[in-house]
Amino acid sequence: MTGKHGITLLAILAVGLLFGLGTAVAGEAVEGTAKADKLDHCVEPTPVMRRRHFEFIKHQRDLTVHQGVRGSKYSIAGCVDCHARKDAAGKPVPVNAEGQFCDKCHDYAAVHLDCFECHSTVPGGK
Amino acid sequence: MSSMNDQARRDFLKKAAAAATTATVAPGVVLHTLKAQPRTTAVTSKVRWGMLIDTSKCADGCTDCINACDKENGIDLVDKPEGADDAMWERQRPHWIRHVKLKDNLTGRVTNLPMMCQHCEEPPCADVCPTGASFRRADGIVMVDRHICIGCRYCMMACPYKARSFIHAEVAEKLTHTPRGKGCVESCNFCVHRLDNGQATTACQEACKHQAIVFGDLNDPDSAVSKALKAYPSVAVRDDLKLNPGVRYTNI
Repeated sequence: MTGKHGITLLAILAVGLLFGLGTAVAGEAVEGTAKADKLDHCVEPTPVMRRRHFEFIKHQRDLTVHQGVRGSKYSIAGCVDCHARKDAAGKPVPVNAEGQFCDKCHDYAAVHLDCFECHSTVPGGK
Repeated sequence: MSSMNDQARRDFLKKAAAAATTATVAPGVVLHTLKAQPRTTAVTSKVRWGMLIDTSKCADGCTDCINACDKENGIDLVDKPEGADDAMWERQRPHWIRHVKLKDNLTGRVTNLPMMCQHCEEPPCADVCPTGASFRRADGIVMVDRHICIGCRYCMMACPYKARSFIHAEVAEKLTHTPRGKGCVESCNFCVHRLDNGQATTACQEACKHQAIVFGDLNDPDSAVSKALKAYPSVAVRDDLKLNPGVRYTNI
């Protein structure tokens, strides 16, 4: 009986911990004015996105540039559109600006972000 | 039973939706009547995009098509690099359409025409490209894949139409649909973002108030461009090179 209780308690704790971690991390990544704020996760579950986002957009770029496919799940324009926050004045903040969505991890891991040498860093153009 | 009916209904709706999408990506006037949708399937050689330019309608001093192209493709956002020489900037700044003025010295007749990438069937730029960055899409559009362009500029030397530009410095502002960065070559792509999103016009064609530009599918005998090509005599510039360009001119 005690053992069962113990397991239940452990399970509740584990779920609580996961939930707490999940919201804390998601809160950091999507809080504020980004569209992603209102969503539970990206086009794939968050751990998958963290590990494989570059693969998704690398495959996508060939499909888009060479075959003209634009209406698919993965796109860098989609990343920017959803993850760019706005400042107090409502002006979009570049996703690669210091401390912003892309920069935060890339800066920490010292992985150079080549995408935005050519691609727009704010939604809808300029 | 009811759920089976529901399933059948759903399948029908799915098929109907698929049919509507197919009609959207198909070339021609139909495109305007349906809501534009981004492409979900690869382009095919069933379509070959092309253009006919009537130089007799092209007015002296008018730069509407060039201005529209600059705005559409963010070329007007490319600033002169700091400290760059003015004359050099004028020579080297990017342009997807060049204004060409021809004068017949014998008769004095002046012809104006916009000269952009001619979207050759046998593009010399793609021939010489060492990385495969210059390529011809299945639907006839000649493009640069900036992801693999190393900026060697062989294509600029190979192009008989001087259609290509090089981006010499970092670009601060760029449009979502036209990425642009230092060290890559670029040229007219028939407003490919429009075509891929279900539209069937280019910015230059839309902007030309003289209706000198007709754009459409060369493979569709009922398209405006095919009809115009059939009705009027036209030439390919540098026809001697046998490149079979997708852009043709009349009255030069």
